[in-house]
Amino acid sequence: MNTPLRRLASVALVMCLVLIGSATWVQFFQSDRLDNDSRNVRTLYRALGDARGPIVVDGVAVASSVPVDDVFGFQRQYSDPVTYSSITGFFGVTGRTGLEQAQNGYLSGSSDQLVFSRLRDVFLGRPPEGAAVETTISPAVQEAALRALGDQEGAIVAIEPSTGRILALVSTPGFDPNELATHDMRAARSAYETLLTAPGNPLRSKAYQERYAPGSTFKLVVAAAALESGRYDASSTLPAPHTYTPPQTSRGIGNFGGGGCGSDPITLDDSLRVSCNTSFAWLGVDLGADALRRQAEAFGFNTEVTIPMLAANSRFPASLDAPQTAQSAIGQFEVQATPLQMAMVSAAIANDGTLMTPYLVDTVRAANLSTVRTTEPKVFARPISASTARTLTEMMENVVRSGSARPVQIPGVAVAAKTGTAQSGQQAPHVWFTGFAPANDPQVAVAVFVKHGGDARHDEATGGRVAAPIARAVIEAVLTS
Amino acid sequence: MATISPTRVQAGRGVEVALLVVALVVGIYSYAMVGIGVEGSVPADVWQYGLGMAVLAVGAHLVVRWRAPHADPVILPVVVALNGIGLAMIYRIDLAYAARGRPHGFADKQLLWTAVSVVGALLLLWLLRDHRKLRRYTYTAMVASLALLLSPMIPGIGQTINGAQIWVRVGPVGMQPAELAKITLAVFFAGYLVTNRDTLALAGRTVLGMKMPRVRDLGPILLIWVVAMAVLVMQRDLGAALLFFGLFVAMIYLATERISWVVIGLGLFGVGAAVAARAFSHVGARFDGWLDAFNDEVFNRHPGGSGQLVRGLFGMASGGMFGTGWGQGRPDLVPYAESDFIVASLGEELGLTGLTAILLLVAVLVQRGMRTAIGVRDGFGKLLAGGLSFLLVLQVFVVVGGVTRLIPLTGLATPFLAYGGSSLFANWLIVALLLRVSDDARRPAPDVRPVLTPEAGTPVVVAGAATSRPVSASAASSAAVSSTADPPTEIVDGGADR
Repeated sequence: MNTPLRRLASVALVMCLVLIGSATWVQFFQSDRLDNDSRNVRTLYRALGDARGPIVVDGVAVASSVPVDDVFGFQRQYSDPVTYSSITGFFGVTGRTGLEQAQNGYLSGSSDQLVFSRLRDVFLGRPPEGAAVETTISPAVQEAALRALGDQEGAIVAIEPSTGRILALVSTPGFDPNELATHDMRAARSAYETLLTAPGNPLRSKAYQERYAPGSTFKLVVAAAALESGRYDASSTLPAPHTYTPPQTSRGIGNFGGGGCGSDPITLDDSLRVSCNTSFAWLGVDLGADALRRQAEAFGFNTEVTIPMLAANSRFPASLDAPQTAQSAIGQFEVQATPLQMAMVSAAIANDGTLMTPYLVDTVRAANLSTVRTTEPKVFARPISASTARTLTEMMENVVRSGSARPVQIPGVAVAAKTGTAQSGQQAPHVWFTGFAPANDPQVAVAVFVKHGGDARHDEATGGRVAAPIARAVIEAVLTS
Repeated sequence: MATISPTRVQAGRGVEVALLVVALVVGIYSYAMVGIGVEGSVPADVWQYGLGMAVLAVGAHLVVRWRAPHADPVILPVVVALNGIGLAMIYRIDLAYAARGRPHGFADKQLLWTAVSVVGALLLLWLLRDHRKLRRYTYTAMVASLALLLSPMIPGIGQTINGAQIWVRVGPVGMQPAELAKITLAVFFAGYLVTNRDTLALAGRTVLGMKMPRVRDLGPILLIWVVAMAVLVMQRDLGAALLFFGLFVAMIYLATERISWVVIGLGLFGVGAAVAARAFSHVGARFDGWLDAFNDEVFNRHPGGSGQLVRGLFGMASGGMFGTGWGQGRPDLVPYAESDFIVASLGEELGLTGLTAILLLVAVLVQRGMRTAIGVRDGFGKLLAGGLSFLLVLQVFVVVGGVTRLIPLTGLATPFLAYGGSSLFANWLIVALLLRVSDDARRPAPDVRPVLTPEAGTPVVVAGAATSRPVSASAASSAAVSSTADPPTEIVDGGADR
């Protein structure tokens, strides 16, 4: 009877191994799919009670998990929700956004890089603690930006050009993530429903998740393409009629206000200064859609950018005929950019033509304060040469000195900038500003976007009037902090 | 053939002590970690708890040392470790229920049952000096099995809980008699098969290269099949049906070495289960919940949906490789996390690593049981130990396979781990029997042993067989062993010191 016994013993062993295989299938190979199943309240319940790591701004935790006496054990709290909601996002039963989403692996402690700290927690029987995410945000700049924007709907992005550090990231209206983080499921859900339908769509960041026609600020990209082509310099002259009619169409393009640009022909420098539509439309057609697209893509259009939140791709359309190219050259048609993208354009010009990858997370620190990860500044692209950058800087300084961006002037500081006004159907136009300062030693590149901030007369000057003072407040905050 | 073992086996009591210490440390450490994980501090009664467990373990060791000094030294520690891990998890789930305002006190009851079970097992070890005595009660065991299986259907004491009519309640004590029936059935099968194995093994013709049994010899397997199907359909207990039938098929294979019995057995069960699945909605629902578990409609169906199964999978998935740690998961989100789904709870908090360790403990336990079966000299002992060992692994397979969606889910208790007194008690009795048989298997042969060992190839006429036709040499040798080891009336082997 020993032969069948040996066989049965083998069968028993195989049964155990099959069970180990089956458990491995569930706990290893299928675990992600099961964790993400919408019916799996467990992941959420457990995550809600996690000792999640804090999100830190300049040494202060703006989001943190504090022990509470309920079944979850920990409650997520946001200390300054109004100022930082566009950075932290929220974490609650209805989901997570912002850094809470993008850095969830570190904050929850589940990241592979935290495996040793997790193992230690398991053996010591401590609840696993997430890592702290320290941001690049400067509180002074963030607060100044928020204050300057006031109750207007819009966004501000401020970047340190030499590194790509994001100093401010604002989107208004903001929201209170505490309402969404509450363990009262019903209250959290109803707050979420309210925010989803609230005016201004507060849950989506206008700074990097939404795209808008960049209007005249896109002329910086066209000017860069012209200078890079080698066929133009700042003093090259361009035709600047009252109305420019591109080939293959009879619909002309006019200037804001319908007048001329001061002279015809006009230099490239003056074109940018007065934001002449007809000359830039002509220039766009002359350079061609491909050259414009190449230049735009070099600045980050049509490219995925993560800061570490995934930003919406700014867009330069794929195939354009001449009339569409002309419209695109003045930042209309289907050209769309996030405020983050327009800040990146200025940052590249400010940094001698080298675009640094923008980033929001400086350091990730495990619960025992050991550094898990530090972001090193990284080159994103070199969209323009240093000499093109120098020329563009001088042209942008002229825009501030005697052009549409005069309201951004700061005594004693050379500011380089470009304003924009983008038509938005029948509503008041969007207002843009992008620039950097000081022009000779740039500390900050900034983009300001005010939704429907212009007036209905489509006056180019409104970009300067509305957006430039906001930008000035941000720049001053950087320079004084 | 292992009927002669020339090497002397170490009694291994010292090894047992060392392993018991490890097992106790595992159990008490787990208990302490639950307290730290849930409440942030070591439970205040950890010393009493540790002392109690130690007293039980030491008591068990002493009884083994005294009454079964040559018993396998690994079996007891493995079971103590499993029992300890199970207790810690039940305590942990108690705390979770209490935190949600539904205190149950499962852990206290299970602790009491552990004590009762250990004492019961030790009494059995003490009183049953020779496992071969059980052979006398072959048909008594059969009657007892039937009585135990049918008792839940007796009005007055039978109870239906959660749709399964498998409970008997006498006064304050609720029991699942099917758990005890496992053991009496194993005894009955062993006794019956050791007597009739030759008929079952040798008669019949060869079909497709397999020796098929004669139709009239199919009687017993058909009877068991009918009983299993009755259990399945009337008591709605798919797990128990699978268990009994699997046990019988395994043991008839052990007795006859004929794969045809396995094929017939699996075929019968497959057909029976398929018909039952069509004919009875509650059986069919089990299959739906298995094959189509993630379907929303099946998931939300109540009762009989896959919600519990899938929630268990969610729990295990959230545990991942290393688990959440004791007290840091949410095993209480799965219904019956302390009993049917304790494996999912363990998978969640101890991770794949911990669950694998537990399964390996089971594998070790079963392999020691199988070794015992190989080592013991008498056919009854071989069948009993082999059958009981297989019973242990089969229970684990049916439960863990069900919880991990390898096979349809059934309502069985995981041996030693799950909450449930009947199961714990019955499985500890199995341990006592394995210890008893292993004591015999590992006992050094007495110096003077008038043992008749037939040489392979010697023509032997099978004693006691219904037929007297000559048999092949290979069959003869195995049959011959049984004829020496299992004389119908008198025990020869090792009988000198009894």
